[in-house]
Amino acid sequence: MSAATIGAKAIVPARPERSAGVWATAWRRLRNDRVGMVSLAIVIAFVLLIIASALGLVAKDWQKEIGVPNAPPTFVGPRVEEATKDPLASLVAKDAKPVDLSDIDPLAPKYKEWSERAAKIQIADPPRAQTLAFGADRLGRDVLSKAVKGAEISIFVGLFAAVVATLIGTVLGALAGYVGGKLGDFLEWVYNVFTSIPDILLIFAFAAVLGRGIGTVVMILGLAGWTGMYRQVRAEYIKHRTREYVRAAEAIGVTHAQRMFVHILPNVSHVILVRMSLLVVGFIKAEVILSFLGLGVPVDQVSWGTMLSEAQAELVLGNWWQLAAATLFMAVFVTAFSLLTDALRDALDPKLR
Amino acid sequence: MAAYILRRLWQMIPTLAGVILLVFFLFKFFGGDPAEILGGLLATPDQIEAIRTQLGLNEPWYVQLGIFLKSIFTFKWGNSWTTSEAVSNIFATRLPATLTVMTPILLLDVVLGVTAAMAVAYVRGSLTDRTIMVITTIMLSISFLVYIIVGQWLFGFYLGWFPVQGWSDSVLTNLTTYVVLPVALAVFVSLAPQTRLYRSFFLDELGQDYVRTARAKGVSENRVLFKHVLRNALIPVLTNVSVQLPGIFVGSFLIETFFSIPGLGREVLLAVNRSDYPVIQAVTVYLAVLTMVINLVADVLYRTVDPRVVLK
Repeated sequence: MSAATIGAKAIVPARPERSAGVWATAWRRLRNDRVGMVSLAIVIAFVLLIIASALGLVAKDWQKEIGVPNAPPTFVGPRVEEATKDPLASLVAKDAKPVDLSDIDPLAPKYKEWSERAAKIQIADPPRAQTLAFGADRLGRDVLSKAVKGAEISIFVGLFAAVVATLIGTVLGALAGYVGGKLGDFLEWVYNVFTSIPDILLIFAFAAVLGRGIGTVVMILGLAGWTGMYRQVRAEYIKHRTREYVRAAEAIGVTHAQRMFVHILPNVSHVILVRMSLLVVGFIKAEVILSFLGLGVPVDQVSWGTMLSEAQAELVLGNWWQLAAATLFMAVFVTAFSLLTDALRDALDPKLR
Repeated sequence: MAAYILRRLWQMIPTLAGVILLVFFLFKFFGGDPAEILGGLLATPDQIEAIRTQLGLNEPWYVQLGIFLKSIFTFKWGNSWTTSEAVSNIFATRLPATLTVMTPILLLDVVLGVTAAMAVAYVRGSLTDRTIMVITTIMLSISFLVYIIVGQWLFGFYLGWFPVQGWSDSVLTNLTTYVVLPVALAVFVSLAPQTRLYRSFFLDELGQDYVRTARAKGVSENRVLFKHVLRNALIPVLTNVSVQLPGIFVGSFLIETFFSIPGLGREVLLAVNRSDYPVIQAVTVYLAVLTMVINLVADVLYRTVDPRVVLK
C-alpha cells in the first residue's frame, strides 16, 4: 500500500525535464519505513562505534586487566566474599613451625641474591575494581570493552567477506550472463562444482589449507559464499543484455566492458546491494562460529565468537555477563541489519515484496 | 524418465571431475607439506624424504593426481595421519552416530515447521502473526552457539534433566537418553527460520486463483487450507528438505562437538584442527557425490509429487 501511494506522489510533482532516479525514489520509500529508519540508525551507530574503536578512541585498553577476575557487573554488586577456607588448614597443626631446611637446601645460599634481584623488578599492580560496568572476564578484563572490540572484528570480517564474495560473484556472474557461450558454460561448471560441495565442508577444507587469522577468515568466507550472488547477477545480466538501452549503446560503438560495467551494472546494483546485505548477516554468524571453534580470529584478538567460547566455561561458574554482553551486542546488530535489509529490499524493488 | 536419469548421471561426471580437481589442487598448492605435517617437529630430513617417497610426493603432479583418483575410486584412502585409523573405518563408525542425531532433527523440523507455519498462516495479518514474525526475527539474530551453551547449561547442568554429554553403544539408549537434549535444542533453533520460510510458501499459495475459486463456491476455510493449500505448499517444502538432506551426513558438527557425540561432523572438525588431509579430502569428495545423487533423487521425486513438472 505504501509503495502505491508513494509511487503516485512521485508522479504528481514530476518535472518534465527529469524523473527521480532509482536511488532517490528508494530513499524516499525507505524514509517512510519507520522500522527501516530505526534499524538504519542502529546500524549507523554501530558503524560509528567500530570506527571509533578502530581509531583507538574507545575500547583501546580492552586487554588491560582492570578488575578483579570475574568481577560482577556494577548493578549486581560486588561478589560476597565466601568464607574461603584454606583446604590445607585442617591438615596442618596450628602451632606447627616451618621446618628449617637451610642447612641441607642446596639453593639456600642463592635465596638472598634472588630476592635482591626480584626487588629490582618493578611490578605495577594497579588497584583492581571490585565491579565493572558490565563485569569482567576471568582475567579481569572489562567485558564491555571486549564486546565493543569484538563488534569491530566481527562486523569487519562480515562486511569484508561480503565484499569479497560480492566482487567474485558479480564479476563472474556478469561475464557468464553477458558473454555466455563457452565462457558461460565454463563458469556454470565452476558454479556447479562449488555448490555440489556442502558449504560447511567447503569452509573447513579452505580453513584446513589456508590457516588462521582475520584476513584468512575473510578470504575463506568470501571464497565459499559467492555462488548465490553469481547466480542472481548472471540472471540479471541475461535479462538486461538484450534490452534496448544496451543495444543502443552497442549501436554507438560502446565497448563490451563498458556496456557490462558502466551501462548494465548500475541497473542491477540494487539487486547486488540487497544480496550483499544478506551475505553480511550470514557471514557475521559464520565468523562467530568459526572463531568459537578456533578456526577464526587468532587468540590475541577478540570477536563475539571467542567471547562466547570463553563464556561457555564461565557460565558453569555462574558468571553469565560475558555471554550476555556478546549475545546482546550481536543480537541487536544482526536484528537491526536484517530489518534494514528487508526495508532496503522493499524500497529498492517494490515488485519483490 | 530413464533417459532423464541417465542424462543427469552423465552430467554429473564433469562436476565430479571439477570437485576432484578443486580438492586436489587446493591441498596440493595451498596446503602445507604433508611430509612435514606427518613427520612432526622432530623429524630428520631423511625421515621427511622417506615419507615423501612413500606418499609419492616426489612424483610429478599428474602422477599424484593419479594416486588421488585411485584412492577415490577404490575407496582406499589409507590411514588417518594422526590416529592411523583407516579412513574407511572412520566413515563406518562415525556415520551411524551422526544419523542417530540428524534423522530425528530433520523429521521433527519438517513436521513442527509445517504445523507452525500453517498455524501462523491461518491467522495471517493478525497481531499474533506479526508478534510471531518479530519474535522469529529476534531469535534468528542470536547465534546458534548461545542456544546450545545456555540450553546445555540450563537443562543438563543446572536442572539436571538430561545428561550434559555422553554416548553409548546402544542406539536405543542413545535415542532415549543422549540425543534428546541436542535434538530438542537444534529443532528449537531451526524452528524460527523454518516457520518463516514455510509461512511464505503458504501465503504464496493462498494468493492463488484456485483458492479464490474454492472460496467462491463455498468451500469452508479449513477445507481450503488443509485440502487445497497444504498439498500445493508441500511442494516447495519438499524442495527445501531435499536441499537440507545432504547436510545430515556431516550433521551438525556444532552439536556433536558440544555434546561429545562421536559423529562425522566432529571428526571432520578434529581433522581440520590436526591438518589430517586424507580425512577432509575423503569426506569432501564423497559428500559432493552424495549431494549430487540426492539432488537427482529429489528432482525425480518432485515429478511424482507434482505432475505438472516437466523434467528436461
